[in-house]
Amino acid sequence: MIEVYDILETIKMIQDECLDIRTITMGISLLDCIDGDIDKACDKVYDKITQRAEKLVKVGEDIEKEYGIPIINKRLSVTPIAIVSAACKEEPVKFALTMEKAAKAVGVNLIGGYSALVQKGFSAGDERLIRSIPEALASTSCVCSSVNIGSTKTGINLDACRLMGGIVRECAEKTVADKCFGAAKLVVFCNAVEDNPFMAGAFHGVGEPDCMINVGVSGPGVVRAALAKYPDADITQISDIIKKTAYKITRVGQLVGVTASERLGVPFGIVDLSLAPTPAVGDSVAHILEEIGLESCGACGTTAALALLNDAVKKGGVMACSRVGGLSGAFIPVSEDAGMIDAAVRGSLTIEKLEAMTAVCSVGLDMIVIPGDTPADVISGIIADEAAIGMVNMKTTAVRVIPAIGMKEGDFLDWGGLFGKGPVMSVNKFSPSKFVNRGGQIPAPLHSLKN
Amino acid sequence: MRAVITVIGKDAVGILAKVSTVCAENNANVIEVTQSVLQDLFAMIMLVDITNLKGDFSALADKMNALGEEQGLKILTMHEDIFNIMHRI
Repeated sequence: MIEVYDILETIKMIQDECLDIRTITMGISLLDCIDGDIDKACDKVYDKITQRAEKLVKVGEDIEKEYGIPIINKRLSVTPIAIVSAACKEEPVKFALTMEKAAKAVGVNLIGGYSALVQKGFSAGDERLIRSIPEALASTSCVCSSVNIGSTKTGINLDACRLMGGIVRECAEKTVADKCFGAAKLVVFCNAVEDNPFMAGAFHGVGEPDCMINVGVSGPGVVRAALAKYPDADITQISDIIKKTAYKITRVGQLVGVTASERLGVPFGIVDLSLAPTPAVGDSVAHILEEIGLESCGACGTTAALALLNDAVKKGGVMACSRVGGLSGAFIPVSEDAGMIDAAVRGSLTIEKLEAMTAVCSVGLDMIVIPGDTPADVISGIIADEAAIGMVNMKTTAVRVIPAIGMKEGDFLDWGGLFGKGPVMSVNKFSPSKFVNRGGQIPAPLHSLKN
Repeated sequence: MRAVITVIGKDAVGILAKVSTVCAENNANVIEVTQSVLQDLFAMIMLVDITNLKGDFSALADKMNALGEEQGLKILTMHEDIFNIMHRI
């Protein structure tokens, strides 16, 4: 028999504490769409996406109603387009337009995979795709892009770092009229994962099956509310409370994933054990850290509290589902988290502190608005630093910064919706130009003699 | 297969009857009804068998939702699996 208390607890989590499934993401392989003729290839891409994902949105909405749990986004991820477009000798922007058309046809919110994997160097089509990213993102609305520029096994491709600094700027410049939104749809990764359901970094890796369902859960509000009930608990108890709460949150992800996979006739991939905030009141990771006992997120102690939170979320979540993957951890995007925004505005949260925080959590410097006059080389430096943290610590890290063209520190960029709004944050003004322009490859790190 | 119908809000005359009527119209068999006050929340919880449901689940959920709006209450219709999976190992 189901206990009354359990029923009310579940309902309270959903109604008052913003528990939701962030995304059901269908990964679709486009390897069988490769063709030397770009128009033929695009036709095949369109057909494959619209056939595979035809029912995705409907099934998602049915599940939402049946279990009474909001599923915020339905998304698609595809094979990195650099691989699909390599055989064509033309500009790959046509693929982005095709992805957009297909995504609109099936009604999903976002589609990821306008991507290239260049951690060890550029193969045919990689550089062409990367250079086309600003144009692709400016001429589409729901297409997302990512580039992997480093990994623990290969080291960091510094040529790609240098290139990406300029590309990020160009994405912002090309979309000034749209609040520089192009840059918010581009992520630069180190150790990118192949089954990530979250945007903007989702792509369908070549080691994945033909089609797959991955789920990303959310629920910072639930964790915070659970902690608020125990103001005097010691830190070990705090960790236990987070684990138990994460278990419950993740179970819902498992249920939704399994159900969606059955109804769509597509294998179930992974649940991403994530704590993903939204700008909504009561859905903030920063507020959990403050509930643990920090006056404001970014204060000394933040990295330690976040390390505990991130670890406890994984420990609780891992038992809740059959297969785990993706980015799995607490996310710390600035513009998408009401607590992070407040902390940045009041000056307690800086980019340097965020960088330290990314060493212990998922996923990186995310949704950070930087001054419009930040040079491309400085952005390359930010990317290289973040990639180094990922490379050495054997974890995924990423950079998604948005140069707010024409704006300076203290101004605000406001996109609304899930992407939120961000204050322009201060960036170190000294130049890393000579370093990033040396080019070459930072060798893979040694993994013995650990210190 | 069972569903849990939860009615949250202020008490009023005839709520149980109205909710039961919608259940009957959709061939959902009421198995158990509990009423509880937790903190300042009044809640009625109804467990219904939906094995032989007439129409699909979302239609029932929509009707209950509409009834709730009409009566100024929150009526949620959820499949029992979400509670089982969350609270049982």
